[in-house]
Amino acid sequence: MFVLIVGCGRVGSAVARKMLQEGHEVSVLDEDPEAIAQLEKGAEREWVDQGGSFTVGTALEIEALEAAGIERADAFVASTDGDNTNLVIAQIAQRRYEVPTVVVRVLDPARATWYEQQGLRTVCPTKIAIDMLEGAVHEAVG
Amino acid sequence: MYALVVGAGKVGWNLTRELIARGNEVTVIESDAARYATVEEELEHSVQYGDGSELWVLERAGIERADMVIAVTGDDEDNLLICQVAREKYGVERVIARCNNPRNLQHFKLLDIQPAVSATDLILRLIEHEVPRYGFLHLLDLPRERLEIIEVEVAPGSPADGSTIEDLGLPDGALAIAILRDGTGFVPLSDSRVAAGDEVLVVLDTGLEEQISPRFRAPEGAPASS
Repeated sequence: MFVLIVGCGRVGSAVARKMLQEGHEVSVLDEDPEAIAQLEKGAEREWVDQGGSFTVGTALEIEALEAAGIERADAFVASTDGDNTNLVIAQIAQRRYEVPTVVVRVLDPARATWYEQQGLRTVCPTKIAIDMLEGAVHEAVG
Repeated sequence: MYALVVGAGKVGWNLTRELIARGNEVTVIESDAARYATVEEELEHSVQYGDGSELWVLERAGIERADMVIAVTGDDEDNLLICQVAREKYGVERVIARCNNPRNLQHFKLLDIQPAVSATDLILRLIEHEVPRYGFLHLLDLPRERLEIIEVEVAPGSPADGSTIEDLGLPDGALAIAILRDGTGFVPLSDSRVAAGDEVLVVLDTGLEEQISPRFRAPEGAPASS
Protein backbone atom coordinates (compact mmCIF):
# COMPACT_ATOMS: atom_id res chain seq x y z
CA MET A 1 0.00 0.00 0.00
CA PHE A 2 1.17 3.54 -0.77
CA VAL A 3 0.39 6.03 1.99
CA LEU A 4 0.67 9.81 1.73
CA ILE A 5 0.86 11.66 5.03
CA VAL A 6 0.53 15.46 5.05
CA GLY A 7 1.82 17.16 8.19
CA CYS A 8 4.92 15.81 9.87
CA GLY A 9 4.46 16.74 13.51
CA ARG A 10 4.37 14.29 16.42
CA VAL A 11 1.34 12.45 15.13
CA GLY A 12 2.04 12.44 11.39
CA SER A 13 5.66 11.40 11.80
CA ALA A 14 4.82 8.58 14.22
CA VAL A 15 2.18 7.19 11.85
CA ALA A 16 4.68 7.46 8.98
CA ARG A 17 7.41 5.58 10.88
CA LYS A 18 5.02 2.82 11.90
CA MET A 19 3.62 2.35 8.41
CA LEU A 20 7.13 2.20 6.92
CA GLN A 21 8.19 -0.41 9.50
CA GLU A 22 5.16 -2.48 8.56
CA GLY A 23 6.51 -2.56 5.01
CA HIS A 24 4.28 0.02 3.31
CA GLU A 25 5.46 2.66 0.88
CA VAL A 26 5.31 5.99 2.72
CA SER A 27 5.52 9.56 1.43
CA VAL A 28 5.43 12.55 3.78
CA LEU A 29 4.68 16.18 2.89
CA ASP A 30 5.44 19.11 5.20
CA GLU A 31 6.11 22.79 4.65
CA ASP A 32 9.05 22.76 7.05
CA PRO A 33 12.24 21.18 5.61
CA GLU A 34 13.44 20.55 9.18
CA ALA A 35 10.43 18.36 9.91
CA ILE A 36 12.25 15.36 8.42
CA ALA A 37 14.15 15.22 11.74
CA GLN A 38 10.91 13.97 13.35
CA LEU A 39 11.02 10.96 11.04
CA GLU A 40 14.61 10.17 11.94
CA LYS A 41 14.19 10.47 15.72
CA GLY A 42 15.97 7.52 17.32
CA ALA A 43 16.63 5.90 13.94
CA GLU A 44 20.10 4.84 12.87
CA ARG A 45 19.59 5.54 9.20
CA GLU A 46 18.18 8.53 7.39
CA TRP A 47 14.48 8.47 6.44
CA VAL A 48 15.21 8.28 2.74
CA ASP A 49 17.73 5.45 3.26
CA GLN A 50 15.03 3.53 5.10
CA GLY A 51 12.94 3.78 1.93
CA GLY A 52 10.64 6.64 2.89
CA SER A 53 10.15 9.77 0.85
CA PHE A 54 9.81 13.36 2.02
CA THR A 55 8.58 16.39 0.08
CA VAL A 56 8.76 20.02 1.20
CA GLY A 57 5.71 22.04 0.23
CA THR A 58 2.47 23.68 1.33
CA ALA A 59 -0.46 21.33 1.79
CA LEU A 60 -2.90 23.35 -0.32
CA GLU A 61 -0.58 23.49 -3.33
CA ILE A 62 -1.58 21.02 -5.98
CA GLU A 63 2.02 20.84 -7.28
CA ALA A 64 3.24 19.81 -3.82
CA LEU A 65 0.53 17.19 -3.38
CA GLU A 66 1.27 15.75 -6.80
CA ALA A 67 5.03 15.79 -6.22
CA ALA A 68 4.37 13.79 -3.06
CA GLY A 69 2.41 11.26 -5.12
CA ILE A 70 -1.26 11.92 -4.32
CA GLU A 71 -2.31 10.65 -7.75
CA ARG A 72 -1.31 7.07 -6.93
CA ALA A 73 -1.98 7.09 -3.19
CA ASP A 74 -4.00 4.22 -1.72
CA ALA A 75 -4.37 6.05 1.56
CA PHE A 76 -4.17 9.71 2.59
CA VAL A 77 -3.66 11.01 6.11
CA ALA A 78 -4.26 14.71 6.85
CA SER A 79 -2.37 15.47 10.06
CA THR A 80 -1.17 19.07 9.91
CA ASP A 81 -1.67 21.21 13.01
CA GLY A 82 -4.61 23.06 11.41
CA ASP A 83 -8.12 21.60 11.42
CA ASN A 84 -9.18 23.74 8.48
CA THR A 85 -6.18 22.79 6.37
CA ASN A 86 -6.79 19.12 7.15
CA LEU A 87 -10.47 19.28 6.24
CA VAL A 88 -9.77 21.03 2.94
CA ILE A 89 -6.94 18.75 1.78
CA ALA A 90 -8.88 15.65 2.84
CA GLN A 91 -11.75 16.73 0.58
CA ILE A 92 -9.30 17.44 -2.24
CA ALA A 93 -7.87 13.93 -1.83
CA GLN A 94 -11.33 12.41 -1.77
CA ARG A 95 -13.09 14.37 -4.50
CA ARG A 96 -10.36 15.39 -6.92
CA TYR A 97 -7.97 12.44 -6.66
CA GLU A 98 -10.46 9.82 -5.48
CA VAL A 99 -8.00 8.36 -2.98
CA PRO A 100 -9.76 5.22 -1.67
CA THR A 101 -8.94 5.77 2.01
CA VAL A 102 -8.81 9.27 3.49
CA VAL A 103 -8.31 9.86 7.20
CA VAL A 104 -8.33 13.34 8.69
CA ARG A 105 -7.32 14.59 12.11
CA VAL A 106 -9.72 17.20 13.52
CA LEU A 107 -9.18 18.62 17.01
CA ASP A 108 -12.55 20.37 17.21
CA PRO A 109 -15.11 17.71 18.29
CA ALA A 110 -18.15 19.53 16.88
CA ARG A 111 -16.78 19.74 13.37
CA ALA A 112 -15.26 16.26 13.56
CA THR A 113 -18.77 14.94 14.17
CA TRP A 114 -20.37 16.93 11.37
CA TYR A 115 -17.74 16.10 8.75
CA GLU A 116 -17.93 12.44 9.79
CA GLN A 117 -21.63 12.60 8.93
CA GLN A 118 -20.68 14.09 5.56
CA GLY A 119 -18.61 11.02 4.74
CA LEU A 120 -15.11 11.91 5.89
CA ARG A 121 -13.28 9.51 8.16
CA THR A 122 -12.30 11.82 11.00
CA VAL A 123 -10.18 11.11 14.06
CA CYS A 124 -10.68 13.54 16.92
CA PRO A 125 -7.95 13.30 19.58
CA THR A 126 -9.88 15.75 21.78
CA LYS A 127 -12.96 13.53 21.81
CA ILE A 128 -10.84 10.47 22.58
CA ALA A 129 -9.12 12.30 25.46
CA ILE A 130 -12.47 13.46 26.87
CA ASP A 131 -13.88 9.93 26.80
CA MET A 132 -10.75 8.44 28.38
CA LEU A 133 -10.50 11.07 31.11
CA GLU A 134 -14.16 10.70 31.97
CA GLY A 135 -13.81 6.91 31.98
CA ALA A 136 -10.75 7.13 34.22
CA VAL A 137 -12.58 9.33 36.72
CA HIS A 138 -15.59 6.98 36.81
CA GLU A 139 -13.30 4.01 37.28
CA ALA A 140 -11.40 5.68 40.12
CA VAL A 141 -14.57 6.76 41.90
CA GLY A 142 -16.10 3.37 41.32
CA MET B 1 -31.26 41.27 5.10
CA TYR B 2 -29.22 39.69 7.90
CA ALA B 3 -25.60 39.23 6.81
CA LEU B 4 -22.91 37.43 8.75
CA VAL B 5 -19.37 38.54 7.94
CA VAL B 6 -16.42 36.46 9.16
CA GLY B 7 -13.13 38.31 9.56
CA ALA B 8 -12.88 41.98 10.56
CA GLY B 9 -9.70 42.81 8.70
CA LYS B 10 -9.63 45.67 6.20
CA VAL B 11 -12.11 43.95 3.89
CA GLY B 12 -14.48 42.72 6.60
CA TRP B 13 -14.55 45.98 8.55
CA ASN B 14 -15.24 48.18 5.53
CA LEU B 15 -17.79 45.73 4.18
CA THR B 16 -19.65 45.64 7.49
CA ARG B 17 -19.76 49.42 7.71
CA GLU B 18 -21.13 49.73 4.16
CA LEU B 19 -23.72 46.99 4.64
CA ILE B 20 -24.97 48.65 7.83
CA ALA B 21 -25.09 52.03 6.06
CA ARG B 22 -27.32 50.42 3.43
CA GLY B 23 -29.80 49.41 6.11
CA ASN B 24 -28.84 45.77 6.62
CA GLU B 25 -28.46 43.95 9.90
CA VAL B 26 -24.86 42.72 10.13
CA THR B 27 -22.69 40.79 12.56
CA VAL B 28 -18.96 40.51 11.97
CA ILE B 29 -16.88 37.86 13.77
CA GLU B 30 -13.23 38.51 14.61
CA SER B 31 -10.82 36.05 16.29
CA ASP B 32 -7.97 38.41 17.13
CA ALA B 33 -8.55 40.07 20.52
CA ALA B 34 -6.69 43.30 19.74
CA ARG B 35 -8.36 43.70 16.39
CA TYR B 36 -11.75 42.95 17.95
CA ALA B 37 -11.21 45.74 20.51
CA THR B 38 -10.31 48.24 17.78
CA VAL B 39 -13.29 47.39 15.59
CA GLU B 40 -15.68 47.23 18.56
CA GLU B 41 -15.05 50.92 19.29
CA GLU B 42 -16.81 51.78 16.05
CA LEU B 43 -19.15 48.89 15.36
CA GLU B 44 -20.09 48.12 19.00
CA HIS B 45 -22.62 45.27 19.25
CA SER B 46 -22.26 44.42 15.56
CA VAL B 47 -18.94 42.71 16.18
CA GLN B 48 -18.48 39.45 18.08
CA TYR B 49 -15.26 37.94 19.34
CA GLY B 50 -14.45 34.33 18.42
CA ASP B 51 -13.10 31.86 15.87
CA GLY B 52 -15.60 31.94 13.03
CA SER B 53 -14.68 28.45 11.89
CA GLU B 54 -16.12 27.01 15.11
CA LEU B 55 -19.76 26.01 14.89
CA TRP B 56 -20.82 27.37 18.28
CA VAL B 57 -19.38 30.79 17.41
CA LEU B 58 -21.37 30.83 14.17
CA GLU B 59 -24.49 29.69 16.02
CA ARG B 60 -24.07 32.36 18.70
CA ALA B 61 -23.88 34.95 15.90
CA GLY B 62 -27.20 33.66 14.54
CA ILE B 63 -26.07 31.78 11.42
CA GLU B 64 -29.33 29.85 11.41
CA ARG B 65 -31.27 32.97 10.44
CA ALA B 66 -28.59 34.54 8.20
CA ASP B 67 -29.59 35.39 4.64
CA MET B 68 -25.99 35.61 3.60
CA VAL B 69 -22.58 34.55 4.92
CA ILE B 70 -19.48 36.35 3.70
CA ALA B 71 -16.13 34.80 4.68
CA VAL B 72 -13.31 37.29 4.24
CA THR B 73 -10.54 36.13 6.58
CA GLY B 74 -6.92 36.04 5.43
CA ASP B 75 -6.95 32.22 5.27
CA ASP B 76 -8.45 30.54 2.24
CA GLU B 77 -9.03 27.22 4.00
CA ASP B 78 -11.02 29.03 6.72
CA ASN B 79 -13.13 30.90 4.17
CA LEU B 80 -13.80 27.68 2.26
CA LEU B 81 -14.96 25.71 5.28
CA ILE B 82 -17.00 28.56 6.79
CA CYS B 83 -18.95 28.81 3.54
CA GLN B 84 -19.25 25.04 3.29
CA VAL B 85 -20.83 24.62 6.74
CA ALA B 86 -22.95 27.77 6.25
CA ARG B 87 -24.52 26.31 3.14
CA GLU B 88 -24.55 22.60 3.86
CA LYS B 89 -25.13 22.49 7.63
CA TYR B 90 -27.14 25.65 8.22
CA GLY B 91 -28.87 25.98 4.85
CA VAL B 92 -27.68 29.55 4.18
CA GLU B 93 -28.66 30.21 0.58
CA ARG B 94 -26.09 32.80 -0.38
CA VAL B 95 -22.40 32.62 0.49
CA ILE B 96 -19.48 34.68 -0.73
CA ALA B 97 -15.88 33.68 -0.09
CA ARG B 98 -12.72 35.70 -0.33
CA CYS B 99 -9.91 33.84 -2.04
CA ASN B 100 -6.55 35.34 -1.05
CA ASN B 101 -4.31 33.25 -3.27
CA PRO B 102 -5.76 32.91 -6.80
CA ARG B 103 -4.11 29.49 -7.06
CA ASN B 104 -6.63 28.31 -4.49
CA LEU B 105 -9.61 29.24 -6.69
CA GLN B 106 -9.61 25.66 -7.99
CA HIS B 107 -10.31 24.37 -4.46
CA PHE B 108 -13.30 26.69 -4.10
CA LYS B 109 -14.54 25.38 -7.42
CA LEU B 110 -14.00 21.75 -6.41
CA LEU B 111 -16.06 22.20 -3.24
CA ASP B 112 -18.59 24.30 -5.17
CA ILE B 113 -18.11 27.44 -3.07
CA GLN B 114 -19.19 30.19 -5.46
CA PRO B 115 -18.68 33.02 -5.87
CA ALA B 116 -15.11 33.13 -4.62
CA VAL B 117 -13.64 36.58 -5.00
CA SER B 118 -9.91 37.07 -5.42
CA ALA B 119 -8.64 40.65 -5.32
CA THR B 120 -5.36 39.51 -6.86
CA ASP B 121 -7.24 37.88 -9.69
CA LEU B 122 -9.40 40.99 -10.22
CA ILE B 123 -6.31 43.21 -10.39
CA LEU B 124 -4.66 40.79 -12.79
CA ARG B 125 -7.71 41.05 -15.02
CA LEU B 126 -7.59 44.83 -14.88
CA ILE B 127 -3.94 44.71 -15.88
CA GLU B 128 -4.89 42.49 -18.80
CA HIS B 129 -7.55 45.03 -19.70
CA GLU B 130 -4.95 47.81 -19.75
CA VAL B 131 -2.42 45.67 -21.57
CA PRO B 132 -4.66 43.64 -23.83
CA ARG B 133 -1.93 41.49 -25.34
CA TYR B 134 -3.21 38.37 -23.61
CA GLY B 135 -5.98 38.08 -26.21
CA PHE B 136 -9.15 37.85 -24.19
CA LEU B 137 -10.51 38.90 -20.90
CA HIS B 138 -13.42 37.80 -18.71
CA LEU B 139 -15.60 40.81 -18.04
CA LEU B 140 -18.36 38.99 -16.19
CA ASP B 141 -18.90 35.48 -14.88
CA LEU B 142 -22.32 34.22 -13.87
CA PRO B 143 -21.36 30.72 -12.73
CA ARG B 144 -24.86 29.76 -11.56
CA GLU B 145 -26.42 30.79 -14.85
CA ARG B 146 -23.45 29.28 -16.70
CA LEU B 147 -22.99 32.45 -18.73
CA GLU B 148 -20.06 34.78 -19.20
CA ILE B 149 -19.10 37.87 -21.12
CA ILE B 150 -15.63 38.08 -22.61
CA GLU B 151 -13.76 40.77 -24.48
CA VAL B 152 -11.56 39.60 -27.36
CA GLU B 153 -9.18 41.62 -29.43
CA VAL B 154 -9.14 41.07 -33.19
CA ALA B 155 -5.59 40.20 -34.24
CA PRO B 156 -4.37 41.31 -37.70
CA GLY B 157 -4.67 38.43 -40.17
CA SER B 158 -7.02 36.47 -37.90
CA PRO B 159 -10.15 34.85 -39.40
CA ALA B 160 -12.22 37.62 -37.78
CA ASP B 161 -10.17 40.45 -39.31
CA GLY B 162 -12.41 42.05 -41.98
CA SER B 163 -15.27 39.64 -41.38
CA THR B 164 -18.90 40.61 -40.76
CA ILE B 165 -20.54 39.62 -37.47
CA GLU B 166 -22.62 37.09 -39.38
CA ASP B 167 -19.56 35.42 -40.85
CA LEU B 168 -17.50 35.42 -37.65
CA GLY B 169 -18.27 31.75 -37.23
CA LEU B 170 -19.19 31.96 -33.56
CA PRO B 171 -20.59 28.66 -32.27
CA ASP B 172 -24.20 28.24 -31.09
CA GLY B 173 -24.39 29.61 -27.57
CA ALA B 174 -22.23 32.64 -28.33
CA LEU B 175 -23.29 36.08 -29.51
CA ALA B 176 -21.26 39.22 -30.34
CA ILE B 177 -22.99 42.03 -28.45
CA ALA B 178 -20.69 45.03 -28.90
CA ILE B 179 -17.68 46.27 -30.83
CA LEU B 180 -15.23 48.64 -29.15
CA ARG B 181 -13.29 50.80 -31.58
CA ASP B 182 -11.23 53.98 -31.09
CA GLY B 183 -12.46 54.47 -27.54
CA THR B 184 -16.19 54.11 -28.29
CA GLY B 185 -18.48 51.15 -28.49
CA PHE B 186 -21.56 50.20 -30.49
CA VAL B 187 -24.00 47.33 -30.79
CA PRO B 188 -23.31 45.67 -34.13
CA LEU B 189 -25.74 44.51 -36.80
CA SER B 190 -25.21 41.17 -38.52
CA ASP B 191 -23.49 42.92 -41.45
CA SER B 192 -21.20 45.13 -39.30
CA ARG B 193 -17.55 44.46 -40.08
CA VAL B 194 -14.86 43.97 -37.48
CA ALA B 195 -11.24 44.92 -38.14
CA ALA B 196 -7.85 44.31 -36.58
CA GLY B 197 -7.51 46.21 -33.31
CA ASP B 198 -11.26 46.13 -32.53
CA GLU B 199 -12.36 44.60 -29.28
CA VAL B 200 -15.47 42.46 -29.49
CA LEU B 201 -17.69 41.69 -26.50
CA VAL B 202 -19.17 38.22 -26.67
CA VAL B 203 -21.79 36.69 -24.38
CA LEU B 204 -21.42 32.92 -24.27
CA ASP B 205 -22.24 29.69 -22.48
CA THR B 206 -19.46 28.81 -20.06
CA GLY B 207 -16.82 26.65 -21.68
CA LEU B 208 -17.03 27.95 -25.25
CA GLU B 209 -13.94 30.21 -25.00
CA GLU B 210 -11.69 27.61 -26.58
CA GLN B 211 -13.88 27.47 -29.67
CA ILE B 212 -14.08 31.23 -29.92
CA SER B 213 -10.57 32.50 -29.29
CA PRO B 214 -8.95 30.89 -32.42
CA ARG B 215 -11.30 33.00 -34.59
CA PHE B 216 -9.63 36.12 -33.25
CA ARG B 217 -6.02 34.94 -33.12
CA ALA B 218 -3.47 35.45 -35.88
CA PRO B 219 -2.62 32.20 -37.70
CA GLU B 220 0.36 30.22 -36.40
CA GLY B 221 3.66 31.74 -37.44
CA ALA B 222 2.24 35.21 -38.05
CA PRO B 223 3.73 38.04 -36.01
CA ALA B 224 1.84 38.74 -32.80
CA SER B 225 -0.12 41.96 -32.57
CA SER B 226 1.44 44.70 -30.49
